[in-house]
Amino acid sequence: MHAVDCTAIQKSFGTGEARVDALRETDFVARFGELTFIAGPSGCGKTTLISVVAGLLDADAGNLRVLGAQMGELSERKRLAFRRENVGFVFQQYNLLPALTAVENVAVPLLVAGVRRREAIDRAAVLLERVDLGSRLAALPSQLSGGQQQRVALARALIHDPKLVVCDEPTAALDHKTGDAVMTMLATHALSEDRAVIVVTHDSRMLRFAHRIAHMDDGRIVRTETRPIDKEAA
Amino acid sequence: MTFVALRMLTGDRAKYLGLVFAIAFCTFLLENQTSIFAGILKRTGSQIADVTDASVWVMDPKTEYFEQTKPLKETDLTRVRGVEGVAWAVRLFKGNPVAKTESGKFAVTFMIGIDDATLVGAPRKMLMGRWEDLRAPNSVVVDYAGYRLLYPGEPYRLGRAIELNDRRVTIVGISDPGAPFVSLPVMHARYTEAVQFQGRERKQLSYVLAQPVAGVTPEELCARITKSTGLRARTTSEFRWDSVKYYLKNTGIPVNFGITITIALIVGTVVAGQTFYLFTVDNLRQFGTLKAMGVANAKLIGMILLQALLVGAIGFAIGTGMEALFVEIFIRKVATRGLVLLWQSVALTGACIFFVVLLASLLSIRRVLVLEAAAVFRG
Repeated sequence: MHAVDCTAIQKSFGTGEARVDALRETDFVARFGELTFIAGPSGCGKTTLISVVAGLLDADAGNLRVLGAQMGELSERKRLAFRRENVGFVFQQYNLLPALTAVENVAVPLLVAGVRRREAIDRAAVLLERVDLGSRLAALPSQLSGGQQQRVALARALIHDPKLVVCDEPTAALDHKTGDAVMTMLATHALSEDRAVIVVTHDSRMLRFAHRIAHMDDGRIVRTETRPIDKEAA
Repeated sequence: MTFVALRMLTGDRAKYLGLVFAIAFCTFLLENQTSIFAGILKRTGSQIADVTDASVWVMDPKTEYFEQTKPLKETDLTRVRGVEGVAWAVRLFKGNPVAKTESGKFAVTFMIGIDDATLVGAPRKMLMGRWEDLRAPNSVVVDYAGYRLLYPGEPYRLGRAIELNDRRVTIVGISDPGAPFVSLPVMHARYTEAVQFQGRERKQLSYVLAQPVAGVTPEELCARITKSTGLRARTTSEFRWDSVKYYLKNTGIPVNFGITITIALIVGTVVAGQTFYLFTVDNLRQFGTLKAMGVANAKLIGMILLQALLVGAIGFAIGTGMEALFVEIFIRKVATRGLVLLWQSVALTGACIFFVVLLASLLSIRRVLVLEAAAVFRG
């Protein structure tokens, strides 16, 4: 079983002349234990694809199985629970809550899942220590550098130990060195038999971290290349 | 998620304080205008409320409010006394003679003539002197605001002489009655002297004050007096409301205050509502992120309502505090004495603020509900 298995997925926006077909019978696979990249030009449908995969958007047609669940058959309530328990998100603009400190931001997925605040904060602090931000627990996002913010966002995505992590341009706003550090953390997380990481990126420098690269154009996966998994490099 | 909602609310101090003070000033404005309005209306019946000894007022059948008097015949007093259920009945005079001080300063006054024998009709509060001193010939008790008007900047002093209708009259007391509708000095004298101070007219009995015997309610006594004498009889409370209603119906006061209160409500609603709505719109990305993480719409609604109600409660409390302080300060000023912060005004304003906050919340909630979680991936 694959972590994500999409077959002939279709998704369009708008109607009539304004209709845009973002996904055209797209087939896509992401395997457990792999870091899968989706690459392609702007407007080719990458973000729409990960939105559908993560259960944020409904596909108009096609078959979508994520972590063994048929997404089309899940009710809204079950889909929320599915996201809450199984999916971690990393956004290009970090999307940290500006009023919360670093450790509180990381704790949010646990709070959403109903974990007690004290316990959630303790667990978040431990994870921030692991990403070398132990000294910035009480810092607000505005007091952190871009790289630090993305590490906080990454810790937030991983705090509830999700089986699927979806990242949208996670290194776009980072310098090369910081981007490398973030990708290394993601690759480390992916290297587990029950986990998968999907990364949408324009950043060709980061493609070397990929185990699989799905090249997308005009709403379709046009080519998929696989690379050997180098666990030491990761 | 309560913690997250509260931190989102208070995280941006400027926005948070802007929200709180928008609601606080809206609250202050609404309570302030309704308080001033209530204070003015209360003043229309002050002289009625000052009479605490008697519970029934008897007057000419055409009398609509306190200021509007058509004198009764002296025999009407006897007729009222003859009605079954009347424990006692006394005369009350109301006139407007001109008082002149030794320095030549003069003012139209509010002269109340109270029963010679019992002094029924006198207000309770005295700042200097005793009501009994009115029994001395040519004596009056003047209210403190009137005293300040006649003797500006001078300390209270008894024994000063004033001229009323060519009579030399001595101030024997300084009282603290309810503030009259028009800021005239309020003077009390014995009935037989008050009518002399006014100047002789054919009929001078303004009102008869009566008290029912035990077991007869003021309302019952009013009905009996009206039936027996053909005169109008009202309880103190009814007569006070008659005066309030007369001013409401026949003056521009309610319209003017109504306009101000309506504008305050609209401005308050727009400012507070828009500020809160914009606060939510500014936080849409954050709500979208929470949605993506699996926070249900019901929880997001709860967060927005919590933020709105908290901001509303704090703003309302601060605004009410500001109004209480305003009343506390201005109630001590002569010109604005009688100002009152009614619990009804606070409750009504609270309801308005709740409505404003709820309306703003609903608009904000709508924005969050229609927000697509996938929007977080867009820039």
